[in-house]
Amino acid sequence: MLNSKDLLGIKELSLEEINLILDTAAGFKDVIGRDIKKVPALRGKTAVNLFFEPSTRTRTSFELAAKRLSTDVINFSVPTSSVVKGESLIDTALTVQALGADFIIIRHASSGVPHLLAKNLRVSVINAGDGANEHPTQALLDAFTIKEKKNKIEGLEIAIVGDITHSRVAKSNIYCLTKLGARVRLIGPPTLIPREIKEMGVEVLHNMEDGLKGVDVLMMLRIQMERQGKGFFPSTEEYSKNWCLTLERLSLAKDDSIVMHPGPMNRGIEIVSEIADGPRSVILEQVTNGIAVRMAVMYLLAGVKR
Amino acid sequence: MRIFIRSGHIIDPSQGIDGIGDILIDNGKIKEIHIRSQEQTANIIEELQTDRIIDAKGLMVISGLVDMHVHLREPGFEYKETISTGTMAAIKGGFTTVCCMPNTFPVNDNASVTEFIKRKASQEGHCTVLPIGAITKGQKGEELAEIGTMRNEGCIAFSDDGNPVMNSLIMRRALEYSKAFNVPVISHCEDLTLSEGGMMNEGLMSVTLGLKGIPVEAEQIMIFRDILLSELTGGRLHIAHVSTEGSVNLIRSAKERGVIFTAETCPHYFSITEDAVKGYDTNAKVNPPLRTGRDIDAIKEGLRDGTIDVIVTDHAPHHRDEKLREFDMAPFGISGLETALSLSLRLVEEGILTMNQLVEKMSLNPARILQVNKGNLKIGSDADIVLLDQTREFKVETERFVSKGKNTPFQGWVLKGMPVLTICKGNIYE
Repeated sequence: MLNSKDLLGIKELSLEEINLILDTAAGFKDVIGRDIKKVPALRGKTAVNLFFEPSTRTRTSFELAAKRLSTDVINFSVPTSSVVKGESLIDTALTVQALGADFIIIRHASSGVPHLLAKNLRVSVINAGDGANEHPTQALLDAFTIKEKKNKIEGLEIAIVGDITHSRVAKSNIYCLTKLGARVRLIGPPTLIPREIKEMGVEVLHNMEDGLKGVDVLMMLRIQMERQGKGFFPSTEEYSKNWCLTLERLSLAKDDSIVMHPGPMNRGIEIVSEIADGPRSVILEQVTNGIAVRMAVMYLLAGVKR
Repeated sequence: MRIFIRSGHIIDPSQGIDGIGDILIDNGKIKEIHIRSQEQTANIIEELQTDRIIDAKGLMVISGLVDMHVHLREPGFEYKETISTGTMAAIKGGFTTVCCMPNTFPVNDNASVTEFIKRKASQEGHCTVLPIGAITKGQKGEELAEIGTMRNEGCIAFSDDGNPVMNSLIMRRALEYSKAFNVPVISHCEDLTLSEGGMMNEGLMSVTLGLKGIPVEAEQIMIFRDILLSELTGGRLHIAHVSTEGSVNLIRSAKERGVIFTAETCPHYFSITEDAVKGYDTNAKVNPPLRTGRDIDAIKEGLRDGTIDVIVTDHAPHHRDEKLREFDMAPFGISGLETALSLSLRLVEEGILTMNQLVEKMSLNPARILQVNKGNLKIGSDADIVLLDQTREFKVETERFVSKGKNTPFQGWVLKGMPVLTICKGNIYE
């Protein structure tokens, strides 16, 4: 059983809760691999995708997860909503609740928005990414994928590479993987790794050649083009020269290492195509597993006693 | 009207008074003050023709508090606070004089706005209101405002408040020019290029919450700059709301070197840490941001050893709707007038300040910096007096705030010590 009606972040989850979600997801993975991909588990429930930031894969993944559980889904996209008329976030969310939603799946550029809604609403709030805080279902699907490929997480050497400062994916993964017993190292330019993050129990390295040695899992992050010209790094070309995952650099990792990316990828900037499309890549499996993990999250949240 | 306050424990550091005694108020002014034994008091009352006798036995009797850093929001933001509600909150909190910052709409950067505030305050205000004028036109940091004209209209200090003057040359000119009118320049010290987009203290907590941090250096760099500029110019610098250990150290060493300037802090900077932001509580969003336990210790030490001269509220009322929203969209600020004295009394309880020192920091020192005849109980001064019950406990409940701003991180706190009666210019509020 989960302890809260909401999934706000991995930092709020216990190890037992994380394992429960991963185990439940394994069951749902069987379901979505079948010819008939749908179960009636949450028939009659309604989920609303409330996305204040552009997203294709996460929104679609949640939508499919809900549909596979027989839950009705409404997509609430910002440009067509009252938000452009100046409605406050709380009013929008209260309206969605009044319309009869059971789940609000929220993505927002401001950290803490899911927490604000969770505090003020009765419905289950699922964080689909808030600012630079967390993206918990991404971390859960990443853990699920690693476990599937490596049969375990405890004791693995995992490198997260790129812009850590602005990455909610990195934050959720740090919480999740350290709770599950992996050894996490962060690699990237010093301007994109917060000084204090070492206190979260991770190692920080700035050089790819040192950082990738002996790694079991490589998690590449997307470099956001809008960071260019803000003083974090001089140019994407220079970034690539130093931190792009090339075949040469990949050879420093363990022979059986796997390569992950939360997408969308900038091919040739943080990862070369030969690796993204190569045998070590599990990038598309991450996408498939995302549906199973999100089904598990919704299913378990629906069972939380109010 | 003659009011007699008897048998209270009178503390007035301006005259070195600290003992049981009586005060006679006549026509809004302090007529007599006596320190004497209880038996003597009884006899005196017989002889006095008074309209009201207030028994202050067991209470502290101190000069009304002077808050040199508040936001009254009028004109322009009356939905947040008005001169009427803000000054009533002041009275409730034991303040009889408040200085309002110029970030209204329109900005108080010219004499007509100053005149409006003074007139409103005389019609609807409950305590003395002394406006602070903007240093630069529109608080834009580009051109000096008419400091002399505003001074004549009643501005007692100048500040660009939360839009600090980033241009060092303009700040130099402000410190130089203001010398002609002998007025302090109050600096909100923040290097805006370094703090850009920041919402809370930079540290593990900001990383954990995914909120952009403001490093302590954003404050310290500007404090150092302004100290150097005050040395260069001989202008009267007052540093607003000190929040960091490094700032206290910079101020202390400059004062030891002989530089003459003053500094203030607020109760929230010695009462709570950045932990209050956990859970994205927008009521704990304030600028400068709440810092760490080390900073709190340093600020307390700075208050104790005199490095920090004044405790102000930085009363920054906001509407509920403005705080009930995305953390990064919510405005900075804490509604502070109704909790400041009680929070500051904790310093006395902890033995960091004596009662005398607390009265200095909250009443006498700000009056001296502003060069107004407030903050004392001298014969002939305005009868601005607070009766304080040091033992009475109360729970902070925002629904009972008289300020329109209910935004406080101290909601639900049980505090000990509160003003039970405030007299302002002879009017009794109880």
